[in-house]
Amino acid sequence: MSNRKSLLWTFKMAWRDSRSHRSKLFLFMAAIIVGVAAQVAITSFRSNLNSSIENQAKELLGADLEVERNAPFQEELQAVLDSLGGNVSTALEFNSMAFFPENGNTRLSQITAIEGYFPFYGDLITEPSSAAQTFQTNGGALVDEPVMRLFDLQPGDSVKIGQVTYEIEGTLIEIPGQPVAASFFGPRIFIPKENVEATGLLQRGSRLEYVSWHKFPVGTDMAYVDDRLDKLQDEQGLRFSYDTVEEREEEVGEAILYLSNFLNLIGFIALLLGGIGVASSIFVYIRQKINTVAVLRCVGVSSNQALLIYLIQAASMGLVGSMLGAMIGSGIQMYLPVLVQDFLPVDIELYISWTSIAIGIGTGLVISILFALFPLLAVKKISPLYSIRSIQINLSQLLSNNTKITLSAVLLVFVTTYAWFMIGEILPSLAFTGGLVACLLLLTGFAKLIMKGSRKFLRAGFSYELRQGLANLYRPNNQTTTLLLTFGLGVTMISSLYLTQDMLLDQIDFGGQEDLPNLALYDIQYDQNDGVNEVIRSNGHEILQNVPIVTMRIQSINGMTPEELRDDSTTNPRGWALNREYRSTYRDSLLPTESIVEGKWIGQAEGFDQIVPISVEVDQMEDLDTSIGDTLTWDVQGIPIQTYIASTRSVKWDQPSPNFFVVFPAGVLDNAPQFFATTIKTDGRDSSLELQQELVQAYPNVSAIDVGLVFETVQNFLDKVTFVIQFIGLFSIITGLIVLAGSAATSRFQRIREAVLLRTLGASKRQVIKIQIIEYALLGIMASMTGLILSLGASYLIGYFYFEINFVPDFFIIGIEVIILTALVLLIGLLNTRGMHNKPPLEVLRAEVA
Amino acid sequence: MSNILEVHQLYRKFQSGTKTLTVVNDINFSIPEGISCAIVGPSGSGKTTLLGLCAGLDRPTSGTVSLNGIPLNPLNEDERAKVRNQHVGFVFQTFQLVPTLTAIENVMVPLELRGEATKGVRERARELLESVGLGDRTHHYPTQLSGGEQQRVAIARAFINNPKILFADEPTGNLDTETGEYIENLIFELNETQGTTLVLVTHDLELAKKCDRIISLQEMDKSIKTPMLKLKLKVRLIRSHE
Repeated sequence: MSNRKSLLWTFKMAWRDSRSHRSKLFLFMAAIIVGVAAQVAITSFRSNLNSSIENQAKELLGADLEVERNAPFQEELQAVLDSLGGNVSTALEFNSMAFFPENGNTRLSQITAIEGYFPFYGDLITEPSSAAQTFQTNGGALVDEPVMRLFDLQPGDSVKIGQVTYEIEGTLIEIPGQPVAASFFGPRIFIPKENVEATGLLQRGSRLEYVSWHKFPVGTDMAYVDDRLDKLQDEQGLRFSYDTVEEREEEVGEAILYLSNFLNLIGFIALLLGGIGVASSIFVYIRQKINTVAVLRCVGVSSNQALLIYLIQAASMGLVGSMLGAMIGSGIQMYLPVLVQDFLPVDIELYISWTSIAIGIGTGLVISILFALFPLLAVKKISPLYSIRSIQINLSQLLSNNTKITLSAVLLVFVTTYAWFMIGEILPSLAFTGGLVACLLLLTGFAKLIMKGSRKFLRAGFSYELRQGLANLYRPNNQTTTLLLTFGLGVTMISSLYLTQDMLLDQIDFGGQEDLPNLALYDIQYDQNDGVNEVIRSNGHEILQNVPIVTMRIQSINGMTPEELRDDSTTNPRGWALNREYRSTYRDSLLPTESIVEGKWIGQAEGFDQIVPISVEVDQMEDLDTSIGDTLTWDVQGIPIQTYIASTRSVKWDQPSPNFFVVFPAGVLDNAPQFFATTIKTDGRDSSLELQQELVQAYPNVSAIDVGLVFETVQNFLDKVTFVIQFIGLFSIITGLIVLAGSAATSRFQRIREAVLLRTLGASKRQVIKIQIIEYALLGIMASMTGLILSLGASYLIGYFYFEINFVPDFFIIGIEVIILTALVLLIGLLNTRGMHNKPPLEVLRAEVA
Repeated sequence: MSNILEVHQLYRKFQSGTKTLTVVNDINFSIPEGISCAIVGPSGSGKTTLLGLCAGLDRPTSGTVSLNGIPLNPLNEDERAKVRNQHVGFVFQTFQLVPTLTAIENVMVPLELRGEATKGVRERARELLESVGLGDRTHHYPTQLSGGEQQRVAIARAFINNPKILFADEPTGNLDTETGEYIENLIFELNETQGTTLVLVTHDLELAKKCDRIISLQEMDKSIKTPMLKLKLKVRLIRSHE
């Protein structure tokens, strides 16, 4: 037969042969559908996002150039900026308490005191829209939408910032280039820069950020601008930061790339699980086809033709599944922006990404074929002799070890290449594949352990149903390994995410803890400290700490200035540690959250005529590349103070109390210009709110951090982030369930035969159902427990290595998870045997065979 | 008359743990074209193994098989499949129809494999199904047919490629007496009209007697050391026409 005719016949035969199995094949497809859907949704979304960023590049910055400094611009910088020409808008950014007199609420806010017409690209969206143009001339304020909603405020109400009360001109809905999430950690409020001094907030100790935005005439050479600013930094050593449109686009693009890569890999796992589903389904499918293949071989079908018949079926299944998945994925893509819009600095322009669809379909098809080849290559080895001999064949034994190793290697190379394609770096891709293989090996190991364990555990004294149910876990055609691999991996992922989130939240849930503050006040001026303390005490609250803070900079270390140190190749201090403004304190004793690592704590000194012994935090020592005994000269607001490092301390940074890199002994800085931070323990949230209101009215420059509010904010933030990840991770769980349903459906005939045989031998319907309940309940418990155990391990490792937190799992939640997951497995298992209990055995058997 | 099947010094041994079981032991015979021949013997005497070797479904441990003048030993699996497709027909005890194909599709497979025009093949399959009395069941699936009907479809399939030789393995073993007789007659009738050589494996001596020759695989030597299969098999030509 010619090759073309042979191929045509093979296609025809593949079509005919799949006839009675198409509904079952659909279930196999479903696993691929879900995996591809996740892939296409994420890659399309990424593609949409990338082009949105490209299209809205200028809106990301709102200007051609943004310059920032935490002090007024240096003359040289200002001169260069002035020489560049174009339109300029400037602002002062700082955090302060905002007081809303209409209802007495207060909230620590991010204030932007602005002058000029920023943004130059994109619009400041306000409600009413005219407010964006009028608030500066009218001397009004724009207040972030979430806080307007929260406190039920309307334009026309007022907000008091420091000593000045502004009329709220409008609601601030959108600032170009800023995601909604930017307001999570404090509402954004815009006020005019003119007269901002009147607020009284620009005092010593206030953290101010000076910003200017520039719009240059069309045709300005941005490379030239970049070059001039770069020279100021490098050649003249000026400290400031700046961003051009190109840089901002790159930064945002990179951040989004990381996020989408991460999501993509999670989605890819769903697809790989689908592949495992395909392999196990095809395995069972081919086992049922052994006789057919043997007969076909008898009448002259070649081994390649036989293979091709089933490869065509698997590939078609993969192709149709991938196409359906791509369709669904494109639909989900429309929903993804809803999930992540809060974190994005651009408005997403949605369109169908044909490249993503093609990649999704291609990946789905390749995964289907690669995984299907494991059982399919065994078809070549099915001897025609099986048609006259009834022989029990183990398909996997038909494949030589070489074939298995080669196939596995091809699969691993594909997975790594895909990951590489997604991540862009080879090492993380290898780590991804390695981690995945390790996880799968662990799950397979667990499956083997369960099968072995249940065989050992089986006792003659057990009831018949329990014995059968247990035996089904290890008998031929069992679903233990498949389920553990697919469902187990899904549970591991989702549960790890959940447990990690829970662990992080636990760390900042200080609300209920004894002796820990629930309110922290800072920016208290020297002359306000006694008054503030008095207000706190008169309200009956306990002051836990009242800490003086002195700002300073490093002048020299061992006689070398920061510039000299940077140029010196023998030392390697971090730039930020050398240049930052230090907020240090002084006291005569250590706090319970501190302990000396090296050297001796000295709590008292006599002025700064002698060299002052100081204590430095242990990580800061490393960043400064210093050791005990080194001398540091500090510039304390114009006065040089010589010190030496007497001790290093470890600090529990996770406690909500003011902690410091550098602590001076008492008796040195007592008369230096300083401000205070105070931590308080109040009885409950309401009294904390009352105190904040009273303080803000009396001392508007004092900022308050409500620990309860911080907890809520972080929880809200983590909820949103993890929801996105869990949404994608959910695809793995769904794939696991579909694979289970597929594998259950494939073994339906065998199960029905067993059930019919049992019924024929006199088993009651109740007994048969009981056996199935026991089997699937055990499977469910084992799979979910295994997944959860692995996720506990993963969360512990994440906690230990990444967050340096001791992870204590919440067993109540884990118990609930096991129950829900087991119920799901049980439900699918029982659905699979529906309709076979109420009919006579033979009728059931005939219907199934047909 | 030339020989369609020649078997020379044929051995088939199986390894079971440390023991070697010799199931086919030094078999020699030849079957001339056009005759019918029965291979008889008690259960476990190696009838089916011998049939598998003769039809190229299995490889001998040693010895040679020539089918229609083609030595099977040097051929690989796919070349053997081609020989079967061109020269051999099969009828099995358990019918062995492809469950997902209709009766007519099952019959068409051998010729379709040759790449012959579908229309002609379909016509020929229909004629054959009519000749076995299933003209009205062409589009039924195997599960919708009785055992006798399934075997008739299998017979139609066996004859569609005008085989030189038809191997039948206990073709009536799964059927009741009446249906069995009908099937027997059908096989012999088609065999005669199409001039096919028939090799029939059976333990039914009455059926064997209807053949031109009988090859009997009997227990000859009880001194063989394999306890489960203490059989030394010899070929005895019991009767020969011509």
